[in-house]
Amino acid sequence: MALNTAPNIPDPDGFYAELLDAHDGLSDDDSIAFNARLILILANHIGDRAVLTEALAAVSKGDTR
Amino acid sequence: MPLDDRYQLAFTLYPYTRSTDQGASVPVRHPVVVMGGGPVGIATALDLGLQGIPVVLLDDHEGVGQGSRAICFAKRTLEIAHRYGCGQPMLDKGVVWNLGKVFHDDRQVFEFNLLPEQGHRYPAFINLQQPYFERFLVDRVREAQAQGAPIDLRGKNRVDTVEVKDDHVILDITTPDGPYRIAADWLIGCDGASSPLRKMMGLDFEGRVFEDNFLIADITMKADFPTERWFWFEPHFKSGDSALLHKQPDGVWRIDFQLGWDIDRTEELKEENVRRRLDAMLGPDVDYELVWTSIYRFQCRRMKTFRKGRVIFAGDAAHQVSPFGARGANSGIQDVDNLGWKLGLVLNGTAPEALLDSYDLERRHGADENILNSSRSTDFITPKSRISHVFRNAVLDLAEHHAFARPLVNSGRLSVPCVYDGLPLNTPDALPYGPSRTRPGAPCPDAPLGQGFLLDHLGGDFVLLGVGVDVPDTLSAHGLVLRGLSVPAAGDIRGRYLGDAPGAVYLIRPDQHVAARWPTFDEAAVRAALATAIAKD
Repeated sequence: MALNTAPNIPDPDGFYAELLDAHDGLSDDDSIAFNARLILILANHIGDRAVLTEALAAVSKGDTR
Repeated sequence: MPLDDRYQLAFTLYPYTRSTDQGASVPVRHPVVVMGGGPVGIATALDLGLQGIPVVLLDDHEGVGQGSRAICFAKRTLEIAHRYGCGQPMLDKGVVWNLGKVFHDDRQVFEFNLLPEQGHRYPAFINLQQPYFERFLVDRVREAQAQGAPIDLRGKNRVDTVEVKDDHVILDITTPDGPYRIAADWLIGCDGASSPLRKMMGLDFEGRVFEDNFLIADITMKADFPTERWFWFEPHFKSGDSALLHKQPDGVWRIDFQLGWDIDRTEELKEENVRRRLDAMLGPDVDYELVWTSIYRFQCRRMKTFRKGRVIFAGDAAHQVSPFGARGANSGIQDVDNLGWKLGLVLNGTAPEALLDSYDLERRHGADENILNSSRSTDFITPKSRISHVFRNAVLDLAEHHAFARPLVNSGRLSVPCVYDGLPLNTPDALPYGPSRTRPGAPCPDAPLGQGFLLDHLGGDFVLLGVGVDVPDTLSAHGLVLRGLSVPAAGDIRGRYLGDAPGAVYLIRPDQHVAARWPTFDEAAVRAALATAIAKD
């Protein structure tokens, strides 16, 4: 299976609000740690090694700053 | 307090004239008095007046103030204005746009097309300066008055105190000819975000304050920008933390800059400082003139209830949102649409007073949805913490290359009317496989019908719509005469009202919202649903 970069999240605004609410009140360090845990748990859910490699590559390319 | 103007007028629309009430020995009592002559107040007077209900409107000025202010009027607002008979001049004057572009720094992140669904009389949005919107409403009031609508607009009539009784309200008013007093069976507060009426009654107005200032500049220029909405996050020209460019009629452009929280308002409003920001954005070769500038802050808040006995609040007086998503004036007009028929039925004795509690329930539901949407847009545009800023910019970076991130970019969502899901005037859906967009509580979507459109035939009174099902031409029940409308199951109406169902019968409220729907005509079910829809069960 290839990395899906088409819109795939129902209620995107609701998801985004929930994501930021989860960070509400955290220090910067705590937010970084929270994000690391979130990435790892989502990566496990995806489970497909090829997709994870593709995602890492896509994000590196996407970082144009 | 002297009766001085607090702002300059764009148009004088209801100049002061002395009313016979002012010489009365006993205060004259009116069925309905509206406080505030902005778009929501005028629309309220128009809605009631067209029903033949005498209405007096009081405003402390003689017309509409300067400044474009609300500039985006949504489809639903235009449909409501059409029902009042003034949608077309708004559409003729307004600017229609479909294409939006989103920039981050010096890069275009993506562009979107609203891709309006075909088969509607009105577009998704028009841009129109608020003074024009108000003027078209008042023009329609004048026309209705000439045809006998009992509407009385009183400019330079400032309400100083109100005394709220169980079944009426007493108002003390100041005019250029001195004070006088009237009474009202019902008082409708449409007196804006800083509502004097709300303060006189000591009512709450709570919510969230957003710590940011926005500079608005309306300019005219010769430059050849396309008719599109352009939004910049962290623009390279550094005129603000975000910027918006939007076209209005008369060659006027609306430009908004996000200035941040800690600013010197007087300093920022100096012409040379406004021009410095505009020059950086537009480049050195663009000639422009400043038409109007203003700095605004905003809050997202609402009153706990919109009805206090015989006093009912509508528009900004009842709820305030951030401007992102155009949910201020648009939701105020939906308040009027919801209130007008209910007040009409209560005043003529057809429905119990309890029907007005459904106004409070339904429009608070609408206000909460608008506050939620506009707060989310605001949180995206003005991130409040380092981590929300990081996520915001990550979304923008990804959106340039990956489609999935684009729905997360939130520079304001299209203003759409709410669905009164699960509220007491609805009858449970008896057409469960019918389209979700026309479920009970939903506003009826327009569709072509004959030489015109479906919505031309709905609204103003209760309608029984048969789609591919014959319904009686009239049906009398609960003191009302239902108007039957049988249309063929074809074209867009089929898709929007039937889905896979072979036929359907819809009970449609005077505000064009669906009250109930069934696969076939069942007179007993229609009678029961009508009773529910007017709070009579």
